Formats: sequence, structure tokens, C-alpha cells
Amino acid sequence: MSILGTRVVRVEDPRLLTGGGTYTADVRDPRLEGALHATFVRSAVAHGALRGVDVDEARRMPGVVDVVVGAEVDLPPVPGTVNRAMARPYLAVDRVRFVGEPVAVVLTERPEQGPDAAELVVVDVDPLPPVVGTDAALADETLLFPEVGTNLVAEAGAPDGATAPDGPAGCEVVVRQRMVNQRLAACPLEVRSSAAAWDGGRLVVWCSTQNAHGVHDALVRAYGLDPADVRVIAPDVGGGFGAKIGAHPEDLVLPWLARRVGRPVRWVETRTENMTAMVHGRAQVHEVTIGGRRDGTIEAYHLDIVQDAGAYPAMGAYLPRLTQAMAAGTYAVDRVTSRSRVVVTTTTPVASYRGAGRPEATAAIERAVDLFAAEVGLDPAEVRRRNLVPRFDEPHTTAAGATYDTGDYPAALERALAAAGYEELRAEQARRREAGDPIALGIGVSTYVEVTTGPYAGSEVGWVEVRPGGDAGVEVVVGTGASPHGQGLATALAMLVSHHTGLPHDAVRVVHGDTDLVAGGTGTFGSRSLQLGGSAVRGAAVEVVEQARRLAAEQLEAAADDVVLDPATGRFHVAGTPAVGRTWAEVLAAAGVPALRAEHTFTATQPTYPFGAHVAVVEVDTETGDVRLRRLVACDDAGRIVNPLLAEGQRHGGLAQGVAQALYEQVVFDDDGNPLTATFADYAVVSAAELPSFELVDMETPTFVNPLGAKGIGESGTIGSTPAVHNAVCDALAHLGVRHVDMPCTPERVWRAIRDATR
Amino acid sequence: MEITLSVNGVERTSDVEPRRLLVHHLRDDLGLTGTNVGCDTSSCGACTVLLDGESVKSCTILAVQADGHEVTTIEGLAGAAGNGETGALHPVQEAFHAQHGLQCGFCTPGMVMAAVSLLDENPHPTEEDVRLGLEGNLCRCTGYQNIVRAVLAAAGEVRA
Repeated sequence: MSILGTRVVRVEDPRLLTGGGTYTADVRDPRLEGALHATFVRSAVAHGALRGVDVDEARRMPGVVDVVVGAEVDLPPVPGTVNRAMARPYLAVDRVRFVGEPVAVVLTERPEQGPDAAELVVVDVDPLPPVVGTDAALADETLLFPEVGTNLVAEAGAPDGATAPDGPAGCEVVVRQRMVNQRLAACPLEVRSSAAAWDGGRLVVWCSTQNAHGVHDALVRAYGLDPADVRVIAPDVGGGFGAKIGAHPEDLVLPWLARRVGRPVRWVETRTENMTAMVHGRAQVHEVTIGGRRDGTIEAYHLDIVQDAGAYPAMGAYLPRLTQAMAAGTYAVDRVTSRSRVVVTTTTPVASYRGAGRPEATAAIERAVDLFAAEVGLDPAEVRRRNLVPRFDEPHTTAAGATYDTGDYPAALERALAAAGYEELRAEQARRREAGDPIALGIGVSTYVEVTTGPYAGSEVGWVEVRPGGDAGVEVVVGTGASPHGQGLATALAMLVSHHTGLPHDAVRVVHGDTDLVAGGTGTFGSRSLQLGGSAVRGAAVEVVEQARRLAAEQLEAAADDVVLDPATGRFHVAGTPAVGRTWAEVLAAAGVPALRAEHTFTATQPTYPFGAHVAVVEVDTETGDVRLRRLVACDDAGRIVNPLLAEGQRHGGLAQGVAQALYEQVVFDDDGNPLTATFADYAVVSAAELPSFELVDMETPTFVNPLGAKGIGESGTIGSTPAVHNAVCDALAHLGVRHVDMPCTPERVWRAIRDATR
Repeated sequence: MEITLSVNGVERTSDVEPRRLLVHHLRDDLGLTGTNVGCDTSSCGACTVLLDGESVKSCTILAVQADGHEVTTIEGLAGAAGNGETGALHPVQEAFHAQHGLQCGFCTPGMVMAAVSLLDENPHPTEEDVRLGLEGNLCRCTGYQNIVRAVLAAAGEVRA
């Protein structure tokens, strides 16, 4: 029996459980001997002209070796994403654009000396009006980049989609709603951290990143170095969730500082720095217009998006493209249009956060469908039944332009409804309403489809090397261009290699996140690692087996085509005569080769589209507005599952983050652009106490896109759960006349919505 | 100030600044980097260690306050500290492994120490006891479900 599809416990765990892992701050390396510690001085003002930075007093503090201001850093600014003219300097030069923007950096002998000295750096700023919120940005009264002439970074789509007569506006039933898909903080438990050392002419950087190769390439660009002269190492990484895909300016400036002082430099930020200066996610304002017939048929849909990109356009400037591509969701609607505008504001830059553009699309259409269902007086599950794309095994192209690979949305919906006991829940809800129970029951349904590996066909590299050693007589070393940081990819890759080589999975060691050990590579994000990285390693394993099979055939004096590998024992033998064979170790020894090795690049023909359906059950105290999530049933279909244990872990984590968006978490700035959620005491990171145990429903619809049949599972939970929980809260209040509550559905908002609807 | 702590069963004497937090003393002075720092408001629990057998957030006490006391960190919890041998795991570590109670591993040392302390105080907790008991330890990866399962499994309340 194959190891694939079984619940193999993780090979990563023992080290993490006993020694606590080696994160960037923990790295002890001879090249970092004598490293200085960088402490960034950050803007306390959201927007202003930078008049001067006085570092004299800071320089006299104990342990201070150097203090650097922006004008001294002679690296070209990093061009803005989508709009290159909105470029970002490493340290602010003549203007500050958000609270937390680095202005200067203090280098000290010991880490604790840094904050003492940084406090004495005097930053002289002439305040300018802040630009907070997308409306203020679109008004273009105050410009972040006067030389660009507008705060608009990019614009795409159909500006008149909401009003065009052939769109939803021309339908029998038209429902509109403005919704805020609020700004979130990724909150990896490990904050950002980097270390840089010049080793002769070579640059070595350790970085807490999801993409060592991406950081490598950014450093090559920034410093104009030969790619071979840069090595980036991602040690253990304590979570990323999209926010650590790209290198931040603080990461990229460390080598410059190290070169200036002639010593290695390392940096570990504080949580407050992380909450204010690491990229945020989401931050879209939506206006949905949905149209159809009274019988529940949805005929047209328009999604208007304004994306708050924060002070400098990063990945956030690109997110609406993903949202627009996925605008149609799971529905067979002929007319779907969308429009996006991306603006800069004087707030923390926005980039990817788990789901990155797709949760926003799902949240919009799933709320819209519920609003439509309420308008026509039909059950939301029934409206979905009538409008879902039927099962398809050949690619399906939506009106929004995306080509879904495989899917069976009606089956996912029915499985989730059945597991939840949907009809009984509705009966219970009716009983409570009848009895005037102050604790209202809310039932929320969502269906979702998302795009993984990015909007285009992805690619990844992997290699497999079999060499003598270890208990099994040989050991296998696998390299991957993915950069896992908690997903358990090493376990999944070891299982794939075991399946193809017949060698035990615990004889497989996986290396990743080191640009010297794996040439090329794209990292871990967009739920891409198993489907692309796994397919690449699978290809390499198949090639290595083929090499060994040919050697075994020579040694057994048989025709190559007659020799087979017994996957159960890992022995090569002539087909039909298993008694005479060669183990991997024997093949290697007899051939006199030190190792067999193959490298394989897998390129997909298109992205994959995982899907599913979630049902949430909430209780709302109508007297206080307090919401409790009682149940969350999640049917998630990510194609073929290599390791159900790992897949469940991904789903659990995603569900928790999705629930957190619906009910708890939000990054808040005041009108002056001051962050009000800059610590874990202020930002409502979801804890164990708020969550129930999730009820998972399995479903596997394989994809033809890769040989594993696998789609991505990393983000599905986040994407499906947010609208299910959000719909449940709104559903709980429907009988009180509440139509919509924006996320997060905090007690205050819910209480206000009830008060406004009932007074 | 000179202080002496018993850390994972070994007497360690150091000269520390009065303002030094226990977590920085463990990490930077004693080189025990298994204990992590995840926030600056005592909210996340990544730095949880045992002080005389009871869980404390080591960012909320000064190193000098630990003078004369016993500290246990993740490195000292298993029989053989930090050598990666699965055979040497503490039952709570074993349960985290079996139940997939960790992903990136950053919250794990603190979470494990908090769980050890929780089970010491309440050897037969309900699911709700565990969820409320671990409220001060944040995890961003697991959604807590398998952490809760692991703690219940370690308590013998669910089958491993």
C-alpha cells in the first residue's frame, strides 16, 4: 500500500519540539561574529516633510557604533508595484508617509543599547495633512507623491458596470451594498528578522522569509551584484501568511549598513514595529450590485473595488486583479463586470495576507448572494442551489475571465449542508424567534472557489539525490525551491519520494530556503508548494529511479525494460522473479557511483481552483451584541490529498484566520493616521478561547493540471469561512430588520445595528 | 547584579543588569534560544517557561526576580535536551507530535510549557478548560484545534 494519502506525522516536529527551532534571531554562525544590532528610528507622524534628523546625542550613547539617516543611503529607491514612479526609499529622505516608516537606523554593540539610543534621535517633521481611507485618497486633495499628480496607483475594468442597462441595474431585482473588507495584520508569531554579512566579496543574508530566492533577487537588483555572489538563507521561519513573501526595506538595507561599518549587522524587530511596518493585508472597499429575477435566478453582478495600498504600492497594488479574476465565484452568471481603483494613503503598505485578493472576491459575492436571497425571500442555500455552476470535468471559463480546472460546487454545498444538519438548524432558529429568545441563532452559508499558484501557470524546481549512508543503506536528500515555514512540506515531499523509490520516508532529508543549495525556486505562497514543488520533486524522483533501474538491469544482466522496482521493499528485480534483486545500496555500490541525482522543473499549464462550502452557526446576544461562533462546518476540496493530517492542519489554521476576520480582527488608524492597533494588546488576534472545534468534511476532485492531482489547501479555509461566519451574523439579526453589518462583527457594531434597526 | 538560577537542573550564575528580563537572560546570556519572544505586551505567551514548576511568561519577570529559583525551558523538558531523539520526548511533546499540534513551531515551546503547567494543575481538563487555560498563548498556524487535541490526548482524555 502506498504511503500517499496516509496520516504520516511530521518529520519536522522532533527538532522543533525539543530545541525550539532555529529562527533568524537564533542563528549562531561564524560569519555573524561581532555583528552589530540595528534599531530603526521610525516616523511618529503619518505624513510630513522631513526637515532634518539630529543624531548627535544618539551617537554619544553607550555601545553606539554608527547612526545612519536616509540621505546617506546611496541605493536607488525600490520602484512601486504597478506604478513604478511611487518609489520607496530604504529610509525616508525628504518626506514621511506613514507612522512606522524607517527614518534612521542606530547600530549598537548589544541589542538592548539600540532602543536607548534610538530614543534620542530627533526627527524634525513639518506635518502635512494625513490621507486616511480610500475616500480621502480618491479626493486627491492631498497627494502622497505630488510629482505623480494623483493618489491613484492603477485603475482597471468597467467603470459603469453598476449602472449599465445590460448589467445588474437592468434586472427585475437589483440589490446594492457597500462593504468594507477591512485591513488585517498577518501576525506571524515570529516578527521580521534578518542578518547580513559580507564574506569576502560574497553577501550572505539570513532572513525570515517565505521566499529565499525572491530576497536573493531583490538583493541582486538593489546592490547590482552577480547572482552567484549572493546567498540567502531562510532558517526556520515562524509563520508568514503572505506578509513575508517579499523583502522589506529593513531587510534589504542591512547589507549596505554592514558594508559601511565593516561588520555584520543583524536585526530583530519588536511586535509594535511588526504591526506598524510589516505589510498589512486585505484593505478593500467594495460596492456590490447584484441583479436577477424574483424566482431566485441571478443574472448579473458587478463588483466595484477600491484598494487601499498604503503609503507605497507593494503587492497590494496587484491584489484587485486577483479579486476581479475571481469575481464570479462559484456561480453560473452570464454577466459579471468589475472595476478596481488602487490608491495610496498615509498608512502602512498593504500586500498579501492569506488568500490575497481571493477572500475579498468571495466575501463580496457571498454577501451579495445572501442579500439577493433576502430580497427575493428565498433561503440562501436554495438560491445557491439554483445558481451554482454544475459539476464540470473540462475547464470552465467564467464571465469574469477565469478558467477553472475542475469542480463540483453543488456536491460540496450539499455535503456541508448535510453535515451541518441545515434543515434542523433552520427549525431551531424558527423556534427561538417564535419564543423571543434574546440569544439569536444565525446560520451562514458560503460557497467558494479560489485560484492557487497565482493567476498564471506556475513553475517550481526540485532535485533528488540518493547516496550511501543511513540505516536503510542509502539516504535521500531532496531539494526544493519552495520555502516551507510550518506547512509540513518536508513530510509531504518525503512521502512522495518514498512512494516512488520504495525507500522509507524517514530516510529522506529535505533542504530548502538556501539559494546555494537549491538553484532557482519561487518560495511558498499562493498555496503552491505541494502542487508545484511536489510535482517537481516527484519528477526528479521518477528520473532517479529510472537511472537506478538502468544500472540494476546492467548488474542483473537483464534488459532495462524488464527490470522493475518493488515499491514495498525498495528492491530492483526482473519482472516476475522478485527473489533475485538489488537494493538501492547494492545498485550504487556495484555501479561505483557516489550518488544518483536528478533535477526536475515542473511547469503547470494553468492554475488550479480549489473550492468548497462552509456552514457557520453563531449565537448573538441581542442585548449586548456579543457573537459566539458555535459551529463551523467546512467542506474543502483541494483535489488529491497527499497527507490528510497536514491538509487538516492547513484547514484549521485557515478557518481560524477567516473567523477572525469576520468577528474580531481589524487594523485601525485614527483620523490623523496614528495606528491604534500597534500591539497584541490592541489588535484582537484570535485565541483558543473564542473558537470551537471545526467540523471538517472531506471531498477530493482531482485536477488534471499536475501529476499529483492536487490543488492548493493553504488558503481555502480562510476564503470560505469569513463569508460563512459573516453571513451567519447577519442572518441572526435578519428578523430584527438588520440587513448588513460590516466586518469585523464586534459587539459594538452588532449592538448598534440592532439599535438602529429597531428604534 | 549577580544572580544564580537553576536552569534545566544546572546552576547558572551571571551578572545581569537589574532591568534585564528573564527571557533575554535565558536567550542572550545563557544561549537558550528555544524560548521565543513574540510580542512586547505579555500577550502572546511564546516566552512561557516554568518557574518552580509553574508557567510564567518570561517577558513579564526580571531575571533578578528569578534569583534562587528553578527555571525549566523547552530544552530541559525532555529527558535528553534538544538532541532531536523522539524517544526522549515529554508526554506533552509526544502528544503535540502525534496530534499535529504544531506547524511553524514558534509558539510551540511556550505552548508546550503552558500545557504542562495546565495539566499539572488540572490533570483531567475538558476541552473548554484547555481552551480557556491556553488563552494567553497565541498560535497563528494551527487554529488551536490540534493543540487542544494534543493537551487532551496528553491527559489521556482522547485517544492519541
